[in-house]
Amino acid sequence: MSNMLVKQDRLRIFGLLSPAYLWLTVAIFLPLSAMFYFSFLSEVPFGDAEWNFTTDNYRAFFETPTYAILLWKSIKLGLMVTLTSVLIGFPCAYVLAKTIQGRSREALFLLVILPFWSNSLVRIFSWAIVLRGNGVLDRTLNAILPFELDINLMFSTPAIVIGLVHSYLPYVILTAYLALQAIDDSLIDAARSMGAGKITILRRIILPLSLPGLLAGAVLIFVPVVGSFMEPRILGGRVGTYYGTVIEDQFVAVFNWPLGAALSFILLAVVLVILALASPILRKAQT
Amino acid sequence: MKRTFTLTTAIAALFAASIANADEIRVLNWQGYGTDADWATDAFTEATGHTVVHEYFNSEQEMLTKLRTNPGAYDVVLINASFTPQAQAEGLITSIDTAMIENFDDVSANMAENDDLNAGGALHGVPWTWGLTSFAINTNTFDEAPTSIEVFWDPDYNGRVSIRDDALEAVQFAAIATGQDINNIEDLDAIQVKLAELMPQIKTYWGSENDWNQFMAADDLDVATIWSGSASRSMAAGLPVQFVVPEEGAIGWLDGLSIPTSSTKQEAAHQFIDWMIDPEFYTRWAEDGAPASANAAAAAALPEDAFNRQVLGDPEVVARVQFQRPVSDETREAYLTMWQALKAAQ
Repeated sequence: MSNMLVKQDRLRIFGLLSPAYLWLTVAIFLPLSAMFYFSFLSEVPFGDAEWNFTTDNYRAFFETPTYAILLWKSIKLGLMVTLTSVLIGFPCAYVLAKTIQGRSREALFLLVILPFWSNSLVRIFSWAIVLRGNGVLDRTLNAILPFELDINLMFSTPAIVIGLVHSYLPYVILTAYLALQAIDDSLIDAARSMGAGKITILRRIILPLSLPGLLAGAVLIFVPVVGSFMEPRILGGRVGTYYGTVIEDQFVAVFNWPLGAALSFILLAVVLVILALASPILRKAQT
Repeated sequence: MKRTFTLTTAIAALFAASIANADEIRVLNWQGYGTDADWATDAFTEATGHTVVHEYFNSEQEMLTKLRTNPGAYDVVLINASFTPQAQAEGLITSIDTAMIENFDDVSANMAENDDLNAGGALHGVPWTWGLTSFAINTNTFDEAPTSIEVFWDPDYNGRVSIRDDALEAVQFAAIATGQDINNIEDLDAIQVKLAELMPQIKTYWGSENDWNQFMAADDLDVATIWSGSASRSMAAGLPVQFVVPEEGAIGWLDGLSIPTSSTKQEAAHQFIDWMIDPEFYTRWAEDGAPASANAAAAAALPEDAFNRQVLGDPEVVARVQFQRPVSDETREAYLTMWQALKAAQ
């Protein structure tokens, strides 16, 4: 009898999970395997093109220093964007979770999520309008300030960071907000009653307790930023060549899918290694 | 309306005999490059009964792959002359029966006899359009147009320069600046040095004509490489730019229309190509900004002050042009590696 129940439960679980697994197989596993297969080919295997299995595409990464240089540049960009997002996002999430109540919180939340609702390309192009010399920012500041200021951030690394931070900031705000809201206010009150200063409360109570959310947000930002290509290309100009843009070139401009696929998998591997190295910290934060 | 009428009657007269069987022909081309203009396909359909469907490619490699993978899917394909020999060697395109193309007699002899289009000893691509890759200047900054390509390296224009993000074009551009033959570059190191010196001058690379127009309209650039056809369109649109062919020379390219071997509608395909090189078609297209026509009669039908007549019609300019020849995959790869390394160093 109990066996029957277990069996039924299993069936039910299987039934409930199968759409998700089917989706994962079709939408993620199959395309990824196809790309993984491509990455070991000498040519794009369309039509009569002669091709064979090779590891040349992976070797190219190690033989040409260009790719490693760009990968390192992309990782630095990822760290820079993540750090900036955390520095801006955490105080914002704290205010939302602990200070503001009621309707104004909803309004602020709406403002935080708003960037998510617009197309990312549109966002980046609007930044281009704001940042360029003689653009919106330049004109506004010069209209207000008494002295002449020449602001032309367009086509520079700061422009890329600004564009990416704007795109990914909501992730860290949302995850940190959830973690902060879960902190019991009486803990803070107790600390205060025992004479802890603001800095101590932040360092000993709020930061450790909200760390899981903060780190989750950081990972959510870091991974896509390392592979980003559209923002650097549009906002970066001459300095906008990154690992992601080189991969994009392989697919779009020079039609070398195997090399593009190999470079993508190297990126995936490097990101996984970084996350694995960081996992002790992540696990510690969870407990 | 009246214009369409004369167009259609003209073609109708040409093809009256073949109206009997109507086919759907499939054309493979860059998007927005003449063949897919509504007025052009409509006029063709009205005259011949054949309908036209388009498919597009974003790079020559993609075009070749599409031809290889989809036999029978295309009837007319645009191939840059520097790729025609490769397509011919792979058996992707068939020879052209010039007797079926009435306007062919008007095609300039030097184009019709082009070695690359005549790959394999027979004509495999009908010369359609040609143009230059040179540069344009912002007329708000320059009082007088520069005569030398060295303006790109002029410190006065530091951070106000742009070239296209394309390895082959960048290398050939530097070849012209270093006085080399673009089709037979002997001193690649000199080119690397020259490009490395150019990099700090560059504000951004451009990718498409649309990018280019935006940067020029926003006054981001003073001098930037550009294709002659795009420059004529930008000028027609009112941008403050002027096309320059420097004394060092410019890169020339020639586009041909070919018929895939696997096409089952060869007759309709020939008719479409005939319409594409028709002066009636070209003069209408030139109003919107078109590259130079390979058809001498079409070029002569342009107004006196037309860009393609003034700039590209000048024999002195044409004498300075180096036409692109086929580039082997190895060379292409070498250029790409060099270009990526230069970009990564920024």
